[in-house]
Amino acid sequence: MSCFLINSSLGKKLVMSISGCFLVLFILFHMAMNIVAIISPDAYNMICEFLGANWYALAGTVVLAGGVLIHFIYALILTMNNYKARGTQRYAVTVKEPGVSWASKNMLALGVIVVVGLLLHLSHFWAKMQLVELLGGHESEVCGKMVAATDGAELIRLTFSQWYNVVLYLVWFVALWFHLTHGVWSMLQTVGWANDTWYPRLKCLANIVATIIFLGFAAVVVVYYLQSVCPCCNGAC
Amino acid sequence: MNFTLKIWRQKDAKSKGAFETYKVENISADTSFLEMLDILNNDLIHEGKEPVAFDHDCREGICGMCSLHIDGQAHGPSQAATTCQIYMRKFKDGATITIEPWRSAAFPVIKDLVVNRGAYDQILQAGGFVSVRTNSVPDANAIPIPKADADESMDAASCIGCGACAATCKNGSAMLFVAARVSSLAKLPQGRVEGARRAKAMVAKMDELGFGNCTNTGACQAECPKGISIAHIARLNREFLAAKLQE
Repeated sequence: MSCFLINSSLGKKLVMSISGCFLVLFILFHMAMNIVAIISPDAYNMICEFLGANWYALAGTVVLAGGVLIHFIYALILTMNNYKARGTQRYAVTVKEPGVSWASKNMLALGVIVVVGLLLHLSHFWAKMQLVELLGGHESEVCGKMVAATDGAELIRLTFSQWYNVVLYLVWFVALWFHLTHGVWSMLQTVGWANDTWYPRLKCLANIVATIIFLGFAAVVVVYYLQSVCPCCNGAC
Repeated sequence: MNFTLKIWRQKDAKSKGAFETYKVENISADTSFLEMLDILNNDLIHEGKEPVAFDHDCREGICGMCSLHIDGQAHGPSQAATTCQIYMRKFKDGATITIEPWRSAAFPVIKDLVVNRGAYDQILQAGGFVSVRTNSVPDANAIPIPKADADESMDAASCIGCGACAATCKNGSAMLFVAARVSSLAKLPQGRVEGARRAKAMVAKMDELGFGNCTNTGACQAECPKGISIAHIARLNREFLAAKLQE
């Protein structure tokens, strides 16, 4: 078993599929959690407090980091194999094959953007929340202000009051959208749960999932940015 | 019709190749692409030059020998057709046509436009068969097979092993070819018996020969001259994973 998950092309793809599925489920959970920050900052902070530096949140963080690492390392290994398999001599002329999506041919590039965005995101939030608590602290400085490690809503407000963070996060979400439009149906194809009847349905489902995730994440960023530039949007006027 | 041809010329497997430009004139619109190359070769021979080497055999789209990457597409501009089924009326008069051999590490160039597709034969030898005699036609008809299964099996069996799938795939993956063989036999009772062993053996050989990993782009089915669907790849995935999990 272990041998086939490391040595066989289909075994490696199974690992990609399962780790990808796990990450999609996590992202859906994360997005649902973020939406709470729009509805009620206090409720969002309760979730932040619940997911602080306790054993279950830490275990979740480790499993999640493992999932990201496995998905990314396997993607690199598979891409290197594929690059080698393509040969040294490339076609002088190429065309876009009908029915082939741009995302499907650029999954690694999109994945790299997603990982870079993830590192930025971790530096913005995880390093100011769970990491601070792990190191025994209770607050950290953000934009010249001291913010409590459990005050997630304030951290969101300060981060997305900066226009460049809004732009960077939206670019990140667009890359994630493209990645998921191919990734979601592709993970089902890889485990064999697909056929000609279901391809249009699965691709539609992938687009729906990717769009829900994009809109859910982008909504928080845009709403908090609008509240920072226009206090009236926050009902303060 | 007149055409300018940019053709990949390579003396042998070890030599470095390059494009050379040729002109062909007064070509009838009803000339097939391979006949047009025959005319070019005739001219080259008369000029005392080396003719262009290219693979061909039946010239009716069933043998899988013709290949050629024409203007960026495996088997040229038509969908669901082999190179021998392409006619010059498909091209504009005066057009420049770029002709390249299959590009894939597992299909090394032997000479000019001819590549070694022996890797596909090796994959077949690893398990793309039924080990025992299944007897003659009346015997086969003694086993009732649902029409849908027979149709799906025949769709997969229409694979001619030309190599367009691996040549088109950005990963140099042979999955559509392997899937077509595994699927066509898995859907029939005679082939079903060895399904697990076949899927494992053929995938192992495919990996060993240096083909890439499928990333589900679907480029292979778009360029397959027989229109074989990637649904067969899904079946290969099911067959392989089920076989591995039962180990």
